[in-house]
Amino acid sequence: MSSSPATLAPPASGGTRPRTRSRRARRSRDVWLGILGVLIVLVGAEILSRTGIVNPAFLPPVTEMYASLFQMLGEGWFWENLWLTVRGWAIGLAAAMALGIVVGFIIGSVPFLRAFTNSTIEFLRPIPSVALIPLVVLLFGTKPASAFLLVLYAAFWPVLVQVLYGVADVDPVARDTARSYQFGPLRIARSVIYPTALPYIMTAFRLAAAVALILEITAELVIGVPGLGKQIGIAQSSANVPETYALVIVVGLIGVAVNLMARFVERKALWWHSSVRGEHS
Amino acid sequence: MSITTMLSGRAAQTPAAPATDIALDLRGVQKTYDTPGRPEVEAIRHLDFQIRRGELVCVVGPSGAGKTTLLRSIAGLLDVTAGEVVLDGKAVTGPPEGMAVVFQEYGRSLFPWMTVRQNIELPLKEKGIPKAERQEKIDRALKEVSLTEAAEQHPWQLSGGMQQRVAIARAIAFEPSVLLMDEPFAAVDAQTRAELEDLVRSLWKHLGVTVLFVTHDIDEAVYLGERVIVLSNRPTVLMEDVKVDLPAERDQLTTRSDRRFGELRGHVYELIQRAKRGDRPDAPQPEGAGF
Amino acid sequence: MTTLLKRAFMLLGLPIILVAAWWFASAGSTSPFWPPLSTILEAFPTTWTMDRIVGDVFPSLARLGIGFALAVLVGIVAGTAIGLSPTLRALAEPVLEFFRAVPPPVLVPIIALFAGYTGWLGKIVTIALGCLWPILLNTVEGVRGLEPVLGDTAKSYQLSRWRRLLFVVLPGASPRIFTGARQALSIGVILMVISELFGANRGLGAAIVQFQRSFAIPQMWTGIILLGLIGVLLAAIFKVVENRMLAWYVGQRQIERGV
Repeated sequence: MSSSPATLAPPASGGTRPRTRSRRARRSRDVWLGILGVLIVLVGAEILSRTGIVNPAFLPPVTEMYASLFQMLGEGWFWENLWLTVRGWAIGLAAAMALGIVVGFIIGSVPFLRAFTNSTIEFLRPIPSVALIPLVVLLFGTKPASAFLLVLYAAFWPVLVQVLYGVADVDPVARDTARSYQFGPLRIARSVIYPTALPYIMTAFRLAAAVALILEITAELVIGVPGLGKQIGIAQSSANVPETYALVIVVGLIGVAVNLMARFVERKALWWHSSVRGEHS
Repeated sequence: MSITTMLSGRAAQTPAAPATDIALDLRGVQKTYDTPGRPEVEAIRHLDFQIRRGELVCVVGPSGAGKTTLLRSIAGLLDVTAGEVVLDGKAVTGPPEGMAVVFQEYGRSLFPWMTVRQNIELPLKEKGIPKAERQEKIDRALKEVSLTEAAEQHPWQLSGGMQQRVAIARAIAFEPSVLLMDEPFAAVDAQTRAELEDLVRSLWKHLGVTVLFVTHDIDEAVYLGERVIVLSNRPTVLMEDVKVDLPAERDQLTTRSDRRFGELRGHVYELIQRAKRGDRPDAPQPEGAGF
Repeated sequence: MTTLLKRAFMLLGLPIILVAAWWFASAGSTSPFWPPLSTILEAFPTTWTMDRIVGDVFPSLARLGIGFALAVLVGIVAGTAIGLSPTLRALAEPVLEFFRAVPPPVLVPIIALFAGYTGWLGKIVTIALGCLWPILLNTVEGVRGLEPVLGDTAKSYQLSRWRRLLFVVLPGASPRIFTGARQALSIGVILMVISELFGANRGLGAAIVQFQRSFAIPQMWTGIILLGLIGVLLAAIFKVVENRMLAWYVGQRQIERGV
């Protein structure tokens, strides 16, 4: 066989800079852009208010909102209400998680129950939780139990649905493998069903955590259950506009914290779960 | 034994004259990736080769030889670090006119929200072809790949082989001057694969389209190609440009049992084995250079 | 049992059991809070007369519809722009992260400052703002998550910007957009009710609360049931629209799962 090598030139030396920017540079650029975005919003709102383009009685300058916010931080009622809100959220969420997981596992692992309850779940799920507001007001008035029931009802459905998806998602091959090795039902539940459902439970946590916060604040704002939501209503009706905004900012920051925490927990629990799952909601 | 090996004809290339019968010309193409936190990865060190109009050329190389990088550079989806890719006398800077790509991932290169007909039609609409002519071209392309009856179905309702035929129909309806195929049959089963190979041969022959076919399959490369370009391992250079002097009329059964086919196959196999060991056509490279 | 009977049993069995349980458990109930189901059902037609439906239910639903439609429009346009531009995305991300996290009901007092709460404007703005974030953020994710091979295909066939947007990017993002819209719709219903609870108002939510405040308990129960039915109906309509518009996606997923 005769074959001659193809032409080969020495590699081009220097001169041409690589065009793809490094990821680290891009990330730090993104952080700066994000900070810039926040500054634009803050400065923009300040200017709108200060120049009177937007009536400062409705939108006080951002600096005043933060002044009011820092003043609040030194006052006892703020921390007390913050605690009440966070506690109400956490208890309601925990109860919804516990109930949703237990019910979901039971229904999910019995095919008859799954089929039998399906229509009822599909019917009850879209019923807006706020429909229950008049009822809980009658039953519990402004007691925390009102908020608890609303949170429980609203956060229960996403948990239940996710757990059902999770249990249904168990790979039949994995289940058959476990059976062929003669695993008992308990071991199958622990070593096959639970690990499959875990990522779904984590997603459920993320979804339910956000919903629970919405309903907790709603109950406080609308019904008057003690907490930050109630304080927002009080601040607004007493025409303390900067404080209204300050409280809204605090509630928003709680929301950000809840989301970040839920996502952190989800990622921690999913590190082994490389495949990308679609989100069922 | 004589395998005529073609050297890329650099001498015949005068920069000013637009290529007459050269459809695709790679001139000193080099590609280096700059990945964060790691030293630069040199994917392609230097590649020079030409494809004449109407040729069917296969590119093979050991896995990780930068075949996909090469194809994406030719398709204008990736910037080259140095050198240039010239299509029809024009340097490629973005996805060029007159080039169609058939990707390996047939399931993901077709728009699932469109029917087969709409998938083929979209690029033709972009070209501004009037409706009646579009329909005619679509019908002809579907007939070429024998999918006329699937026109109104969605891609995901079809088998893998059929999906890839839709992608091919879309490409030939576009009437590109060069058709790029990136391991198009890597994900279909063996029998479908043989059918699709014959389809490519027959389309190439009676449509006269220029085809650059990237594959990791040595048999496929020899069976399909008029030439087989063998790549080295990374950083990629040309191992050898092998002329396939098999008869133009090819057949899965007779061609593959042809003695000459066996020799060519053996030769390319040998080259790939050498490439895997790190043999390079220049000087033996120190292991791990560039990594 | 034939399969049809079995299907009917599976579908209706539990709901019938639950309604029957409610019926019998509440029959003869003297508790003011838990009137017998028969009383509630008797009160239904006299409570939700044509007058009330036109005067309370329709305006509520109209406000929901307008607010939701606005959110869909703005969310898709802004979400697509942010999803396509890495710079815009980096700029907007922390801000969006904050607005997404603000529980929508707290918008009510803020918007009340600007628009008051007696007219339609404040309510519509509340609904639209609450619905906006899930749609916007899901659109961003959908646009970003477009199958890269499809993007390459569009590029290699040199599709123009508009054609790429309309025929590739938006259809590709549509499953995520629908996910966002579904979340938005349930938030919208919540806000539809809450936005009517402040100040003197007419509307479905306002009516229910008025019943509760005036201790018209059976009427209040009819309102709760009606609100529940509306939620279920909206979800069903949404599902029909989704199945029509995402028929390709549903079919594809079924085949993927079936194989």
